[in-house]
Amino acid sequence: MNWVALRMLTGDRAKYLGIIFGVAFAALLMSQQLSIFCGLMRNTTSQIRDIEGGDIWVMDKNVQFVDDVKPMSENKLLRVRGVEGVQWAVRLYKGIARARLSDGNFQQMILIGLDDATLVGAPRPDRILHGELGDLRQPNAVFIDEFGWRYLFGNEPFKVGRTLEMNDKRAVIVGMCKCNPTFQTFPILYCTYSQAVQFLPQERKTLTFILAKGNDGASPESVCAAIHEQTGLKALTNDQFFWSTIQYYMQRTGIPINFGITVMLGFVVGCAIAGQTFYLFTLENLKQWGALKAMGVSNFRLVGMILLQALVVGLIGFGLGIGGAALFGYTFERVVTSTPPAFYFGWQIMAITAGAVTVIALAASLLSMRRVLFLEAGVVFR
Amino acid sequence: MAVLEAPTLMPPEFKPMEAAIQLRGVSKVFGTGDSRVTALENISVELPYGEMVLLVGPSGCGKTTLISIVAGLLDASEGEVSVLGQNLTRMGGNRKVRFRGSKIGFVFQQYNLLPALTAVENASVPLLIAGWSRPKAIEKASDLLASVGLGSRLKSYPSQLSGGQQQRVAIARALVHEPRLLVCDEPTAALDAASGRTVMGLIRQVAVQPDRAVIVVTHDSRVYDFGDRIVSMADGKVVEILGKGQRPHE
Repeated sequence: MNWVALRMLTGDRAKYLGIIFGVAFAALLMSQQLSIFCGLMRNTTSQIRDIEGGDIWVMDKNVQFVDDVKPMSENKLLRVRGVEGVQWAVRLYKGIARARLSDGNFQQMILIGLDDATLVGAPRPDRILHGELGDLRQPNAVFIDEFGWRYLFGNEPFKVGRTLEMNDKRAVIVGMCKCNPTFQTFPILYCTYSQAVQFLPQERKTLTFILAKGNDGASPESVCAAIHEQTGLKALTNDQFFWSTIQYYMQRTGIPINFGITVMLGFVVGCAIAGQTFYLFTLENLKQWGALKAMGVSNFRLVGMILLQALVVGLIGFGLGIGGAALFGYTFERVVTSTPPAFYFGWQIMAITAGAVTVIALAASLLSMRRVLFLEAGVVFR
Repeated sequence: MAVLEAPTLMPPEFKPMEAAIQLRGVSKVFGTGDSRVTALENISVELPYGEMVLLVGPSGCGKTTLISIVAGLLDASEGEVSVLGQNLTRMGGNRKVRFRGSKIGFVFQQYNLLPALTAVENASVPLLIAGWSRPKAIEKASDLLASVGLGSRLKSYPSQLSGGQQQRVAIARALVHEPRLLVCDEPTAALDAASGRTVMGLIRQVAVQPDRAVIVVTHDSRVYDFGDRIVSMADGKVVEILGKGQRPHE
């Protein structure tokens, strides 16, 4: 009888395609919008993911997210180093600098100042596209990220020696690295901490973060707790800082609401199109369902037949929708190369979309099921 | 109570002890209070095996309600209903569904063929319901369709068939699982006179068997000749039962 159910479903091509279109459209809209949303949220944490080496971020106790920079005095570094369980701790500058370009224009830059001696927090070797990391120790040297180069210089091939001007100091680009796309889309410059201080207007305090590592065997969480207890500073693991940053953007910006509305619209429109078409499809076949009932098909089997139909349209619609979203992301990444695309298409997106599509398919089939189950088999004689 | 005698021509191996259908004091009431409608009132009748019985009467006289009760699609409000030796009044819902699937064949006025299935696939549906494999069901349905003259239209969809041909597919579908009761609801209503006679002739030829009962609800006085018995109804009651060749009073 499963075969009969499938033939009934595919027999009316227009309705069959209509139901699939409804589900596919909903899946596409939901997964695409969720991917952009997750991409944007991930972009807010790009520096946390890019700056590797330590497993603990130490910052002023009032810092709420990675771009919320509250400078500390230099002696805080020494205090963190003195906490039991801390293997090492180094200074890190992360902030916004204003650069003057060769054409006279100004451009804001994300400036990351690394510990001069160790360069902890620098991009991994496999992410260095041009130059040597050690070149950062040359006077006025900076590394620029790949997107930043394209943003500033277009399709011009990379060449060492391009200069910028920050705080009336010359910055020479000596290398290029790959960075995760940022939320602010500003170019990223890496340099040594002492160099970063030179690129900034005179300030009393410049230490924005301290990168630390716990002793072998000590859990980062316990070391964070010890740092907080002994210094009064906020200390977070990479993971904690990642989520607290995302939480900030979720709570303090309208981004989740705006995307949530679009995702909800996709869900509602999908429910409406798929549900209505499936329901009409069942109504039009009501006599056939009644005939099957009269001929001895049990309610249990009828429910199975309708669920099978819903499962098939759900699976096909989900596949098309997810495929469409993936194609969108793929194309987006290749077409839009000047600015980093915010598109994160993880398994979680597929799982959420699959859940929503299941709800749509179930809602559509429940409406239909109700009509068929309460249908008097005697309707076939009318 | 009207009692119809069993046919005299019976094969020696088949000797039913009772009528195919026995109704005793059957009533059916729809609704309650002011909207209460009595569709059937105290009907007692016995219908034998081996005959084609025509159920006739004006619209609204209760014919459809009666065959719905006989086919196990509706429950009687009062009275006893026994079909093929089974008491439907005491039969549970699931058993009744299985009983319908195995023992009863249906021919509907509007054919009710599944438009997405070909003729042979439509005819095989009762066998699929009974759990047959698709190839075997198709094979048996093909043979039966050939016997009703549709051997060349096995792969045609209902929309590609004439009304008469669709009704022949419906007859094949009703008989493919060899039911012992065939219930036909106005099988000729949507057909022209010639096709109607062909269909009735076909039902008579392939369905009337010594171990099978056939009930045909009809308005069509042109096909009265095909019936062995005519049960005439009016206002929810059986008014007369006539033998072959007799005509009900108009």
